[in-house]
Amino acid sequence: MSKPMSFEEPIIKLKEKIDELRELAKNADVDMSDEIKTLEERLRQLEIKIYSNMEPWNRVQVARNPERPTTLDYIKEIFTDFIELHGDRYYADDEAIVGGIAFFDGQPITVIGHQRGKATKENIRRNFGMPHPEGYRKALRLMKQAEKFRRPIICFIDTKGAYPGKAAEERGQSEAIAKNLFEMAGLKVPVISVVIGEGGSGGALALGVTNRIYMLENSTYSVISPEGAASILWKDASLAKQAAEAMKITAQDLKEMGIIDDIIPEVPGGAHRDPVSQAKILKEYLKKGLDQLTALSEEQIIQDRYDKFRKMGDFIEEIVQ
Amino acid sequence: MAIKSLLNLNRKKTKGVIVNSKNESSFPADLMTKCPSCRKIFLTKEIETNLKVCPNCDHHFKMTAWERIDSFLDVESFTPFDEHLRTTNPLNFPSYIEKVEADMKKTGLSEAVLTGSGTLKGEEVVVAVMDSHFRMGSMGSVVGEKITRAIEKATEMQVPFIIFTASGGARMQEGVISLMQMAKTSVALKRHSDEGLLFLSIMTDPTTGGVSASFASLGDLNIAEPKALIGFAGRRVIEQTVREKLPDDFQTAEFLLAHGQLDAIFHRKEMRDKVATIVKLHRKGGVTHV
Repeated sequence: MSKPMSFEEPIIKLKEKIDELRELAKNADVDMSDEIKTLEERLRQLEIKIYSNMEPWNRVQVARNPERPTTLDYIKEIFTDFIELHGDRYYADDEAIVGGIAFFDGQPITVIGHQRGKATKENIRRNFGMPHPEGYRKALRLMKQAEKFRRPIICFIDTKGAYPGKAAEERGQSEAIAKNLFEMAGLKVPVISVVIGEGGSGGALALGVTNRIYMLENSTYSVISPEGAASILWKDASLAKQAAEAMKITAQDLKEMGIIDDIIPEVPGGAHRDPVSQAKILKEYLKKGLDQLTALSEEQIIQDRYDKFRKMGDFIEEIVQ
Repeated sequence: MAIKSLLNLNRKKTKGVIVNSKNESSFPADLMTKCPSCRKIFLTKEIETNLKVCPNCDHHFKMTAWERIDSFLDVESFTPFDEHLRTTNPLNFPSYIEKVEADMKKTGLSEAVLTGSGTLKGEEVVVAVMDSHFRMGSMGSVVGEKITRAIEKATEMQVPFIIFTASGGARMQEGVISLMQMAKTSVALKRHSDEGLLFLSIMTDPTTGGVSASFASLGDLNIAEPKALIGFAGRRVIEQTVREKLPDDFQTAEFLLAHGQLDAIFHRKEMRDKVATIVKLHRKGGVTHV
């Protein structure tokens, strides 16, 4: 059982009550099954109420839950024969991004994603899923390799952002991200991205110039973190909850704005409650997306991607006299 | 008459002449300007006539978009594009439109970038000039759209595309839509590049965040003005993250050049000549193979 998040408290309290009652019934040898049944029904209603009507800030908490499934968790469930490939061939292997080749229902594919750790030690090794330039360059190398062998590409997005550090700047963080946007525009194979946790700014977009963009129900995608927005807007990072609402960062918001193609539903309470079932749901969407895209020619795939990003923007054309 | 032009009383009303940003303090109001680098005080006029470069220490003051056009392209060759695009408020941010309108009035621009076509020593080019006096040069939908249309026009006209960047990054008030402008401009640049056409990115002070991490870094040649601040993450953010003092020249053009991130740094006085030469060197008609 994973640690409860603050908005889940009413559910936890009710669960505890039911457990207490069960214990009591067992020890006192009285029949309380009716009472327990009533409470269980109430619990079910409460779960539906809380989980189907989550505020943006609650979704941020779910998206950041340390036990939320990561790229490697989904790879394990969705693909077979995964072989991880390392390194950018220039400088290092950045473990904040993983990638490799595998089968997807018998079809060879390339899969790449941000990778954070769940425990502290792994998180340090993976730099909390915040890549350096070599991570993006590795990703691009694997994408070009996929293109050569005509493999579709799946990207899992899950990062707070590209790492803001001295070494990252020295080695060209900006250039690495920019180059990915540019080169992904020209890939002749189908590319699908799925935001599985946090989609933090340019560091997320560098794996996101894709034919289809999906978001898990409780994931976020934003130009700046709620804390960052709050500290710039109101000089107070503690107003992150308000910023999460104002910035429109949930899957529902992005679908409404026409930026993403689909919201992938999550198991009740969030993906971490049942990663295996979650992976099954995710797989169905990938299958559907790949089926649509593999029907297109190389030119159509590039055109499809161009059209998708070309229309993004919100402005008025004033009538010229 | 001479005194009047010296005092330049109407300066603020003329199109796009702004010498003093907030941190480049001046006194007495507008007549004199203090160089933020060497702290010497000059007649504002003296700096203006020197391409806004400090006569003492070579500090490059921020230019407005129109000043850049005037100093860079052939006289009266410039035709602006897409001046009719207007910013909206997709996230309903309080007073966002009012701020944009105030900057329209202040700068005489429709948004933080001016785009158009013109000639550079006779060579036809499409240019985009960002202006940091307009919402810190930040990129929202209109900036992204104007730049994308300019790139598409350059592709259609089969001419080089030249951009002078000056931007704090993506415009927060338009949220994730601003982020997507990075992708939109980049896919357009890919098409321009696939046609074998030249893209020059000339980074001026400051070029950071989402602009630095998209078109600004995608030039066939990436060029910068001396001492320009160029980087992905903000200095304070990095200092908080790594808890170490960063070198004084961190994220300057010179720092980037030393780390292999730039092709060259051009002084503003040689910018026009050198870029014109580069454009001539990229005229179509290189080696043809039978």
